[in-house]
Amino acid sequence: MKLRLGLGSCGIAAGGLQVLEALQNEMKSRGIKLEIQKSGCIGLCHHEPLLDWIEDDGQVFTYGAVDARRSVEILEAHLAGRGPLEDCLVSSSDEPAKYLQQQLRIVLKNCGRIDPESIEDYRRQDGYSALQKVLIGMSPEEVIKEIEVSGLRGRGGAGFLTGLKWKATREAASEGRYLICNADEGDPGAFMDRSILEGDPHAVLEGMIIAAYAIGAEQGIIYCRAEYPLAVKRLEIAIVQAQENGLLGKKILGHNFSFDISIQQGAGAFVCGEETALMASLEGERGMPRLKPPYPSEYGLWGQPSSINNVETLANVPWIIRNGGEAFAALGSKESKGTKVFALAGKIKRGGLVEVPMGITLREIIFGICGGIKAERRIKAVQMGGPSGGCIPEELLDTPVDYQSLNATGAIMGSGGMVVLDESSCMVDLARFFLDFTQKESCGKCVQCRIGTKRMLEILERICRGAGREGDIELLEELSAHISENSLCGLGQSAPNPVLTTIRYFRDEYEAHIREKKCPAKQCQELLRYSIDPNRCMGCGLCAYACPAECIKGGENNQPYYIEQENCSKCGACLDICPERFAAVILD
Amino acid sequence: MHFCGKKNRSEETNFFEVQLDLSALMKIIEEKRHEKGSLIAILQKAQEIYGYLPLSVLKCIARELEIKPAKVYGIATFYTQFRLQAAGKYQILLCQGTACHVNGSERIESTLCQELKIKRGETTPDGLFSLESAACLGCCSLAPVMMINGQAYGPLTAEKAVTIIRKIKAGESLSLVGGEAQ
Repeated sequence: MKLRLGLGSCGIAAGGLQVLEALQNEMKSRGIKLEIQKSGCIGLCHHEPLLDWIEDDGQVFTYGAVDARRSVEILEAHLAGRGPLEDCLVSSSDEPAKYLQQQLRIVLKNCGRIDPESIEDYRRQDGYSALQKVLIGMSPEEVIKEIEVSGLRGRGGAGFLTGLKWKATREAASEGRYLICNADEGDPGAFMDRSILEGDPHAVLEGMIIAAYAIGAEQGIIYCRAEYPLAVKRLEIAIVQAQENGLLGKKILGHNFSFDISIQQGAGAFVCGEETALMASLEGERGMPRLKPPYPSEYGLWGQPSSINNVETLANVPWIIRNGGEAFAALGSKESKGTKVFALAGKIKRGGLVEVPMGITLREIIFGICGGIKAERRIKAVQMGGPSGGCIPEELLDTPVDYQSLNATGAIMGSGGMVVLDESSCMVDLARFFLDFTQKESCGKCVQCRIGTKRMLEILERICRGAGREGDIELLEELSAHISENSLCGLGQSAPNPVLTTIRYFRDEYEAHIREKKCPAKQCQELLRYSIDPNRCMGCGLCAYACPAECIKGGENNQPYYIEQENCSKCGACLDICPERFAAVILD
Repeated sequence: MHFCGKKNRSEETNFFEVQLDLSALMKIIEEKRHEKGSLIAILQKAQEIYGYLPLSVLKCIARELEIKPAKVYGIATFYTQFRLQAAGKYQILLCQGTACHVNGSERIESTLCQELKIKRGETTPDGLFSLESAACLGCCSLAPVMMINGQAYGPLTAEKAVTIIRKIKAGESLSLVGGEAQ
């Protein structure tokens, strides 16, 4: 018997460490010794913190939303043979959670199941067997061929064929080459790379070593966001373990191949997810993209050919080598092979990480796996691809998730963040939110991106404020075209996407803001109007007490209250506090 | 720690010379002097030592690496991780990710600003709290989230956020009375 506790960043944020402490104290006071295995995130984020009870025969009971008290109860119940505790059981070997059952896990296979700080655990799951296979019996060309057959495409956003990238890097004439792992996961709303790095760092290292062998690199660099301190820590541990086991360093496993990996922490710049900007940052410069070609595969870091691959891409590599490129290519759709991890968040019932074969529809993911929308509201749209992506409306939910179909909607696959929006989300506000982001993150090199996004943001801000003018929508479209055409890198080229897709599918919302000065989703604060229905107000005075602007007047002799509109700060405190049985505060 | 959002102009230029012990910094520079492209790593280490990047530190790095101070300053202001002003004892990092946004992070920010009487990017006069924002903390399913000195809190409501701040404040004033009473 043993326990397993999910201690990814999300598990820790949800209180995982308190659970660990409670369990350790309880066992100490009872004088029992049970192993508590610390694992990464299994992706059932909506149930964090997660605690597994594992029987000797391998049977697993997974408990969700565990706190210190519950964890002790679970321990007691199992020890006394009264387990499992049904009320907080979310999944078990006999009855796996529907959420997990409908997924196909290649990249996330080990996440939440093994101890990420133990190389032995990884080895027990066939870890490093792909590397052995490569070193013993495959030439670099054969490795590249296998990846080409698999059809693996870069999972960072652009979807370039990995095999081609490796081939170009290998064939570039040079003495030294670099392999760079892009772990600068900057898209707000995407967290799969963090989960992989925290939950299964050795898979990424194995993928990197194989990639380095294929392209002929002796040096590898992981460029990781500084916002992911736990991921950095686990990677550091994994690198030391790999070095100690002869998997990194000189003459790997006795073969004539040397490779080592270092970690470089990013310093907080979204644009550094772009490969040329990332390399500039590695060289100690401002992270500013440059013109391509020459591509990094010819002229990369310090002028050497470099292959830059995303975390999830590299984590797929060991599986492909073990099972063959054709097995991978059998999964997914015609042009988009294999599986993809999506990070679901927003107004979704069961948010977390979902790995599915490409080609299944958005509807299957959102309603089939993730249980639909919170609070039984209606789904309005899905935001895909972060600030470079777009909003896909409800009527297009039957779009399959593959690179082509998503591009056709105006959104992109991106890194795989999906933020689900319900009818209470304002699409104009969302476009403003993303423009605010890209405008701040623009590196400033290209004029159109630097100034154009600023102007677009100003227009969106005035629309949200109720000061929008006729012609603003057309102006946004015109600016969008200029910015897309005249920016060097993906950040600028795709910055207008959130605006363009919301205009395309939700033009009526823009028009309501501009013409009627109304926000249909009731989100844009300055377009809201709170009032008190005199027929429903019972004169209790709670609202007047709660109002920070002190603009709710009346109430003498049990008379109804009223709001002085000119002083109202539209904070909504009155609406929140008005007793439900009166429901006298009206928002329109 | 790491934050997104532009520092405002006055904050960037209004720094003043502070007398600092630069020996720890010199050690770092000696270690990294011959590594290619180590400027960012040196700045990161310097910030770990001093908590922020005072002008004297930037000047020292420029002098030692024989590069123009403008370049060091340019890089320190390009990356949002670097701060040119001392942070509060408690660094509040408010997540500005999409999931947090649609779940009401703006209201939490305005409530925190009201409670602490500072704006984003500022530090309270008593040096206790500084309020910053991060592009995304990657805990999207706990949205809306904030992080205080590395510990994440979520899902937040305006009330919860205020309660957390007040608890820290209360703890601080207690320790003042108990520990440093004159």
